[in-house]
Amino acid sequence: MTALLHAESLRKSYQVGRRSLFRKARRFNAVDGVSLTLERGETLGIVGESGCGKSTLSRLVLGLSPCDEGGVVFDGTPLPGQDTEAWRRLRRRVQLIYQDAAGALDPRQTIRTQIEEPLRIHGLPLERAQKAMADVGLVPAMGSRHPFELSGGQLQRVVIARALTLNPDLIVMDEPVSALDVSIQAQIVNLIQDLQRDRGLAYLFVTHDLSVLRHVSDRVAVMYLGEVVEEAPRDAFFDGALHPYARALLEAVPVPDPARRSRAAPRIGDPPNPAAPPPACRFHPRCPFATDVCRAERPALRDFGGRRAACHRVEELSQ
Amino acid sequence: MTWISLKLLRALVTMWLVLTFVFFVLRLSGDPTMVLLPDDVDQATRDFYRAKWGLDLPLWEQYTSYLRALLQGDFGVSFRNNLDAFQVVWERVPKTALLGLASIAVALLIGMPLGVLAAVYRNSWLDRIVMSIAVFGFSMPNFFLGILLILIFSLKLRVLPSSGSGTWQHLIMPAATLGTGFAAQIARYTRSSMIEVLSKAYMRTARSKGASLGQRVVRHALPNASVPVVTVLGIKIGEMLGWAVVTETVFAWPGIGRLLTSAVATRDLAVVQCIMIILAFTMVMANMLVDLIYGWLDPRVRVGRRAQA
Repeated sequence: MTALLHAESLRKSYQVGRRSLFRKARRFNAVDGVSLTLERGETLGIVGESGCGKSTLSRLVLGLSPCDEGGVVFDGTPLPGQDTEAWRRLRRRVQLIYQDAAGALDPRQTIRTQIEEPLRIHGLPLERAQKAMADVGLVPAMGSRHPFELSGGQLQRVVIARALTLNPDLIVMDEPVSALDVSIQAQIVNLIQDLQRDRGLAYLFVTHDLSVLRHVSDRVAVMYLGEVVEEAPRDAFFDGALHPYARALLEAVPVPDPARRSRAAPRIGDPPNPAAPPPACRFHPRCPFATDVCRAERPALRDFGGRRAACHRVEELSQ
Repeated sequence: MTWISLKLLRALVTMWLVLTFVFFVLRLSGDPTMVLLPDDVDQATRDFYRAKWGLDLPLWEQYTSYLRALLQGDFGVSFRNNLDAFQVVWERVPKTALLGLASIAVALLIGMPLGVLAAVYRNSWLDRIVMSIAVFGFSMPNFFLGILLILIFSLKLRVLPSSGSGTWQHLIMPAATLGTGFAAQIARYTRSSMIEVLSKAYMRTARSKGASLGQRVVRHALPNASVPVVTVLGIKIGEMLGWAVVTETVFAWPGIGRLLTSAVATRDLAVVQCIMIILAFTMVMANMLVDLIYGWLDPRVRVGRRAQA
């Protein structure tokens, strides 16, 4: 069986600044040659600092913005062109949820109208909205409220319910719980997992929060300045990352254990400007293990028995 | 209910202030008998009319007796023809209302769609053309546009009457003259308001749900963008009444605007005062209507009001 989603060498650059008579507009590669695969019912977690291209990647995968190079194959079919009829039909099968639940809802419309809207657009029975509301734990009375009358957690449930109405195969979640209180985060994370189990959904879960990722994902991909630098099954990854950047991320996660506090997280400094990434290995200016080869040659993403990493020194470092 | 009564009280105070201001300014700026009576009339005749119209009384006495009469529904008589001032003004009101409504319709029907188009196709050639026309539209003085239209359509092409009222052909040029400037402003407000809404996350979400551009604009963008436009419209209606005076004069449109210019010129005090009351009342009402529409457009306002009541 083919994978639900396969993205091959995706590349997307944005213009920075204005073009003038004397110089061409500078562009920066938000996503620079990313390939990934997602199976049905699986959760792939994507983690990285701000500006590493996580959100751009999620938009490319959904076909919400066209990629400059490379392509996405969804369920055996390449993504259709922007705003075509086929593209609109595809919207039923892929959904997007992101951090700002309040912003994702029209302030003028009632909750019910908005949950029903995808059904109206695609001419499907409106009763599904009731079911979706029940599935996310919203009482029917909520339907007549407006977004500003609900709490952040409730709003995120509304957004999830709206995404569920169309029975999608894939939901891309872009920082779905980052804006919520920790107690509410747990509720939403559990809800997301329950829905996946009941409906066989596949998730592309984008976040900067490794502790959330540890809960929800089956596999983890680490992005750095538009590239995937490591990809591994969840347990293997949390037991020990191969790439120095992934290691630094793992060690920066606060551990709620006073005994382990002494292990200071490595200081790797601020990320470089993504508009002018360092040559060769993009991580070399911040990497404690960088050698001449790292400064001279760009490392390829290599296979290490079920996991992949893009570092010249994986073998030496894992000894 | 407190909300409505508060609004009404405020409206009454506004109208009283306008009225008082007009009353004193008119009386301090000239003697009606000097304008209305021929130059060679003797002093006795002048004094007779001054006494007849109560102009010989101290100013504050004139004011209190006017207010007293007003509270009983008596607006005074026109100095020119001794008719009830309210009657004189009231029979002109339908004409001005017709012109005003036609102009608002012109402003909305032209301004809103153009603003929406400019916002949706932002920074395209279409946007630039629309906005250039808009700048032209509201930079052009109202009376100049009126005269220009008369030159083209009445004198040159001979397709539309240059003055008067009665048929729908008579309405076209005055309504276009009065409406164009406002259409241009509405277009600009709609555009900027739409651009803000179009960048909202729920607009992107609507697209990712598969809603077409038309659905997105009609269901989400326009209702949200229209809230500030409606507010502006309320303020503009007052401004429009001011411009209506000019437009009615240019096209000899027999509304209260033209009546006002002639009544001021002849110091026909009761008529001017009556017109000012009606204009103030209209503006106050327009603003109240806008508040009501605002509540209907924006659910947050509605709930706040429910909580207040």
